[in-house]
Amino acid sequence: MKKMDIRNKTYGDVLVLSPEGRIDHANSEEFRQSLNPLVERCSAKGERLVLDLAGVDYVSSAGLRCFMLAEKQAKSQGGTIVVAAMQPVVNEIFEISRFTLVFETFATVRDALAKVSPAALKAYDAA
Amino acid sequence: MRVRFWGTRGSIPVALTSADIRHKIEQALTLAIARGVDSPQKLQNFIEHDLGFSISHTYGGHSPCVQLETGRAEYLVCDMGSGVRAFGNSIMSRRDDGPPPVINVIMSHVHWDHIMGFPFFAPAYVPGARIRIHGCHDVLEQAFRLQQSAPCFPVDFSRLAADIEFVQLKAGASYDVAGFKVMPKLQRHTGDSYGYRFERDGKIVVYSTDSEHKLEDPGETRGFAEFFRNADLVIFDAMYSLLDAVSVKEDWGHSSNIVGVEMAQMANVKHLCLFHHEPAFDDDRIESVLNETIRFEKLTRTGQTLKITAAYDGMEIEL
Repeated sequence: MKKMDIRNKTYGDVLVLSPEGRIDHANSEEFRQSLNPLVERCSAKGERLVLDLAGVDYVSSAGLRCFMLAEKQAKSQGGTIVVAAMQPVVNEIFEISRFTLVFETFATVRDALAKVSPAALKAYDAA
Repeated sequence: MRVRFWGTRGSIPVALTSADIRHKIEQALTLAIARGVDSPQKLQNFIEHDLGFSISHTYGGHSPCVQLETGRAEYLVCDMGSGVRAFGNSIMSRRDDGPPPVINVIMSHVHWDHIMGFPFFAPAYVPGARIRIHGCHDVLEQAFRLQQSAPCFPVDFSRLAADIEFVQLKAGASYDVAGFKVMPKLQRHTGDSYGYRFERDGKIVVYSTDSEHKLEDPGETRGFAEFFRNADLVIFDAMYSLLDAVSVKEDWGHSSNIVGVEMAQMANVKHLCLFHHEPAFDDDRIESVLNETIRFEKLTRTGQTLKITAAYDGMEIEL
């Protein structure tokens, strides 16, 4: 299975993942395969994870399921995933599908880092 | 072709409580005061145009039962949830001196909420009435007999006066029932369930309840899209939110409004009817789910507009 490129960058103890484009039935499995090893780094003692969705213009139910699987995996490892910078359409899809009940969401990556880790925020601002 | 809903709630029948009715009255009167309703004429207009459905009506509480008008003397109905009691009473009220009624039943599965109305189905007690119960489960007859056996019910199945026949169907085959071409399809549900595609006079209705759609299997999704292809109406199990369907209620055998829209769009469906409502949802919540689903369709539309409604007991759809 081909993997999807997910841009990622570390700020302090937080890993920021920035997928791009559509995540739908056609590529959700590729997205999941790419996401898995990155989520493995997310744990109580490891990194926290911010999903930066600024570059994602659509998420289907299959894509949302990938987010759910990632959240379950992170939770089982004692980690946390939050979502940031959603485009308005994706934000509405999150609300309608009730995914906002599981994922804490933030308007910007900076807002997310401010909540998740002061050290990461400092690194972000310095970058 | 006309489709009539006698029962639309999932899992267990529900009824409005006194508190629910008081809440509706309070909402209606509060709105009326705000709109300055001070004459009978304004009141009529207000009720017709200003009150939302969830205040002026109720989605109702009977478990699944959906009639497809046949254009003939015989009847066709999907499932025998608690809604079938009112359907039976309607048949009885129309009886004249003609021959006893012929009723064709199509069963999605035999879970209790889909058979519980049968012991109260008046035509079952009419000598000469013919009831043909079609389904794909080999335990079809057993389930109907079991729920009427002691100590669960006072009238044993063997004492029913109607001529009752069980007709075994197979998924993937095609049948002629009451003038409809009927095609069953296996669905994912505990103990299996079956969806049915009905075709007649160029119109297509799909009855697909108690069906969970696993999103990780594109082949399965495509299969259902073909089953729904170009339907004029798809009656769809939208019991859960997508979040619940892929988390705490995964493998509980039901689907979501989001997946319903996506599949309907994939299949070029004209009208998606949300069905098998969650019994924990009140009228406000179901209306809110409907409005969100309409919004989701608009956000994701790429082709023709998909009409979306939420089924309620007593609703009729003309195709």
